Amino acid sequence: MNLLYLTALFPLLGFVILAIGRDRFSDLAASSIAIAAMALAFGASVLQSMDFLSNPLSSEGASQIQILWQWIDTADLNVEFSLLLDGLSLTLINVITGVGLLIHIFASFYMKGEEGVARFFSYLNLFVCFMLLLVLGDNLMLLYLGWEGVGICSYLLIGFYYKDRDNSVAAIKAFTVTRIGDVFLAIGLFMLYVTFDTLSISEILALHRENPDLLTSSSTWASLTALMILGGAMGKSAQLPLHTWLADAMAGPTPVSALIHAATMVTAGVYLIARMNPIFISSPEVMHLVGVVGAVSLLVAGLAACTQTDIKRILAYSTMSQIGYMFLALGAGAWDAAIFHLMSHAFFKALLFLSAGAIIVSLHHEQDVFKMGGLWKKLPFVYACFLVGGGALAALPWITIGFYSKESILFGAYAANQPGLFYAGVFGALLTSFYTLRMIWLTFHGPAKTHSDKLSGWRYVLPLGILLVLSTALGALIHPPLAGYLPQSASSLIMAMDAEHGKHLKHISEIIAIVAGLLGLAIGFVLYVVNGGKWLTKIKTSRFGAKAYAFLYSGLGFDALFDRIFVRPFMWVGRLLQKDPIDRSYGLVSGLAFGAGQLMRQGQHGRLRGNVSFMVIGLIAMLILAILSL
Amino acid sequence: MNQILLPLLLLTPFVAGFLCWVVDHISWRLPRYIALAGMTVCLLIVIALYQTSSSVAMPSMGAGELPVWSHEFTLNWIPQFGITFHLAIDGLSLIMLGLTSLLGILAVACSWQEIQKNVGFFHLNLLWSLAGVIGVFMAMDLFLFFFFWEMMLVPIYFLIALWGHKGSTGKSRVYAATKFFIFTQVSGLIMLVGILALVIFNFAQTGVMSFSYEHLLATTQLPYGAEYAIMLCFFIGFAVKLPIVPFHGWLPDAHAQAPTAGSVDLAGILIKTAAYGLIRFVLPLFPNASMEFAPIAIALGTIGIFYGAWLAFMQTDIKRLLAYTSISHMGFVVIGVYTGTALSLQGVTIQMVAHGLSSAALFIMAGQVYERLHTRDLTQMGGLWGEMRYLPAFMMFFCAALLGIPGTGNFIGEFLILLGAFDLHPVAVILALISLVFAGLYSLIVIHRMSYGKTPEQHKGLRDFNARELSMMSILVAGLLWIGLYPAPLLNQTEQLMQWTEQTYRPAPLQMELENKPMLTLGPSS
Repeated sequence: MNLLYLTALFPLLGFVILAIGRDRFSDLAASSIAIAAMALAFGASVLQSMDFLSNPLSSEGASQIQILWQWIDTADLNVEFSLLLDGLSLTLINVITGVGLLIHIFASFYMKGEEGVARFFSYLNLFVCFMLLLVLGDNLMLLYLGWEGVGICSYLLIGFYYKDRDNSVAAIKAFTVTRIGDVFLAIGLFMLYVTFDTLSISEILALHRENPDLLTSSSTWASLTALMILGGAMGKSAQLPLHTWLADAMAGPTPVSALIHAATMVTAGVYLIARMNPIFISSPEVMHLVGVVGAVSLLVAGLAACTQTDIKRILAYSTMSQIGYMFLALGAGAWDAAIFHLMSHAFFKALLFLSAGAIIVSLHHEQDVFKMGGLWKKLPFVYACFLVGGGALAALPWITIGFYSKESILFGAYAANQPGLFYAGVFGALLTSFYTLRMIWLTFHGPAKTHSDKLSGWRYVLPLGILLVLSTALGALIHPPLAGYLPQSASSLIMAMDAEHGKHLKHISEIIAIVAGLLGLAIGFVLYVVNGGKWLTKIKTSRFGAKAYAFLYSGLGFDALFDRIFVRPFMWVGRLLQKDPIDRSYGLVSGLAFGAGQLMRQGQHGRLRGNVSFMVIGLIAMLILAILSL
Repeated sequence: MNQILLPLLLLTPFVAGFLCWVVDHISWRLPRYIALAGMTVCLLIVIALYQTSSSVAMPSMGAGELPVWSHEFTLNWIPQFGITFHLAIDGLSLIMLGLTSLLGILAVACSWQEIQKNVGFFHLNLLWSLAGVIGVFMAMDLFLFFFFWEMMLVPIYFLIALWGHKGSTGKSRVYAATKFFIFTQVSGLIMLVGILALVIFNFAQTGVMSFSYEHLLATTQLPYGAEYAIMLCFFIGFAVKLPIVPFHGWLPDAHAQAPTAGSVDLAGILIKTAAYGLIRFVLPLFPNASMEFAPIAIALGTIGIFYGAWLAFMQTDIKRLLAYTSISHMGFVVIGVYTGTALSLQGVTIQMVAHGLSSAALFIMAGQVYERLHTRDLTQMGGLWGEMRYLPAFMMFFCAALLGIPGTGNFIGEFLILLGAFDLHPVAVILALISLVFAGLYSLIVIHRMSYGKTPEQHKGLRDFNARELSMMSILVAGLLWIGLYPAPLLNQTEQLMQWTEQTYRPAPLQMELENKPMLTLGPSS
């Protein structure tokens, strides 16, 4: 059975139908087509997965390759349009189509009555198609197709509300910053091609397994290759310093933020590194750098999230911070923990974003948490969703999925003897529970400040309800079938060698993390619930406090920095060249000819005296020349 | 039958163009149909050529052997000087001929409403210019090549001077046309000097006076200095046409002021003749000098990529912006040509076709926007997403192609060029990759200005695409997607030629050859 291509084909068909029909479809018809395409894709993906997992070989790391057609075959380059199904891509396609389906359903609720619904859903379907090609592509060139494709869809959806040019600016910023990452990725691809003479991922990894010297004979070359891939991953996954686009990307409709900028596209970098893990294992420094990038990103984003006022920006920074955890896990060699957290984050962050979307609909597009409040009575279901989603984000022990996935990351870092990464993660846990409590308290408690509408309809209840269940500990029962596909993490190695010792370490890491999380909650509780934010206002109004607050609010000043070192020089050079100075220089030639012509014209005045004197001068000159040459 | 296909292909646009001019007196609508029919016949002939050539098995060519033609046609012309009317095509010519006829049809179609005065004479010029291009792609005699080379330019002068627009910088269309004419004529003259020098050198050595490409290819052995000098003459001739910075000055003016069909002709087809010339003549005829010159050419190409991109970003006149993107993209072509590996040359082929389609599409769209909004100034536009169903969506697609989104032909071209060059010129390739960020900026700024924001009052309620425009643009979309997803048919056409060009240009020190053949020259090391 091979339904693999269908998973990507259905969303593509949905896109084509919607793109041709456009506004001829009613809103309901357009959203139904898109949802149907996603449902079929999800169905195909589930059937294919069951078929794959029922194969006894699949527990031993076997994989399935489906070649669709020969893409390029020229000179020495042979590229196939081929899909690769293994435990890793299987996990991801089910998350993408499953969560994607739920978000599509919610989007039909969220977008009701807006202009351009068909256009919106066509982009959304196209995005899913590219995202599936990204994770299924066996060839790096196909992966790159998906990689750039999701980028352009992200651009289109961030700028969906076209009437405001600021949205377009945010969209261009997102596209440009991620494209800087793409440049690194492309260089990485070229380096891999030069090394292995192929772009097929499975062939590259097989060649590398057989003969590691191909890559590592020069350790700088190996490190550079890994570094370039890391650069690509950092751009897509909004990790420092290529992270500045994500907060602005919230300009798009909220379901877009849930699907693209939380659950799927931004985790593509994690997928890429996990997929190319042998390359990273071959260059330990770069692998360590992956962890450091993750740790720094999670702290910076966590700090920024503590001061945001827009509910979507809080969630955006928390997304960056959670992806930081995934990078940290990758850097610590806890590969399966990273992918597990990717899945659990897709569940609970989609839940949070969709709940935020519900609030935004109910409050008529008010996004400032300081203008909300008192919603727990008006929107009890959304409140429940936020509690569960926020609990999973803050990794509330035992009852949420976030606890299990984050613990496995921290345990992985602890077991890998990476105290730096571990304590960064612990401090991040403190920040996370602090800003989660702050967000929930400001949104749902205190006096109501904006009128809110009641919400109803299965298309809003069903997706939230399913995601709510998945975000509890029940979701943690889903075990991604990663065994045999990713290298074992230090934690599972220790567990296998000495279960007693392993459990002991696990308990230590758990206790430290739980204490940190509770501490964050306690600080938040004291500052917002007990004190009502009075101390904070005092700090904010002090001179130093205001500066610090503004610094954190701006996302630690990266935008201003990049404006100085990239945007302004770019515009400066642009203005310098604007009038095409090279072309202008040709003006000299024509100017010279014209000037000379003008000069000669002076002689053509038709006055007899002048003409005769010129003749005489000429004659004399010729005579002198004749005499001299004798 | 096969014999006359080539002259027939050449004659069709000539005759059709002439007819257009004649029947103008009967009805001013008739020339459009004649021109359309003429270019359609050309496309059909190209298809016939494709079908008869694919049945001919192409033997593989080694270095030192002569290229193999799928179709040939020879007539004596001026035997005293060894000038023959020699037409011949191979896969590369065939692809370029197909592109020319397709874009020719679209150039006629896009002028359907735009051109209202002197319709017959307009189509005469358009079709004769296309005939010149068709000749350039088939001529295998350097004199004949030069004849067609000049012939395709003169009609363009009239297209710009007579049917052009006023420039945004306040310069008249005659200024643009004159500038175009001077640049191309001077460069043509330099190339003519190169051709004559090559023939005379060859005559001195072999005692045979011949302009034949094959003869020159087989027998020319120039002393180093002469090879370099003649190569430079050819290079300048092509570099102005391509254009390579710093010879690009004519292009933005010509584009901005040309009528839409002129821009399609220029960007889609005419500048491709230069890339074709570099591959067909410069690399095989002067391999050593070209190799010596390659670092300079690649540096110029890289500078051109950034210079064009930067200027494109700063433009507000949409046609000037597109003109500068052409300059930027031709930088990739230069890198690909002078790297000279089979892979990068194959990339150049794809890039030429894909850029031909996408830039033609964008210039047609610029014309369509101008027909509706009566401005080319991007700062005067806005909010088109909400105004029309088709136009902004197609604009978005072609801008995505312009910035090289995978799945479009442009990506394949750029990717193959850079992948083929990475090993040999890593710095240029990395810089070219960085320029992709710039490509994103200049493409998206068009969408930003045109489709976003509030719509000015006078731009509301405008007509969307009609069936003619929709079918034209759909053909171009289909073409770009086809090349992007299944380029094999194109790549197969030129595979042999590019392998041969690589072997001629950068002969590999093969062990086999060293053992079998006595060493002709002793290197300094041995």
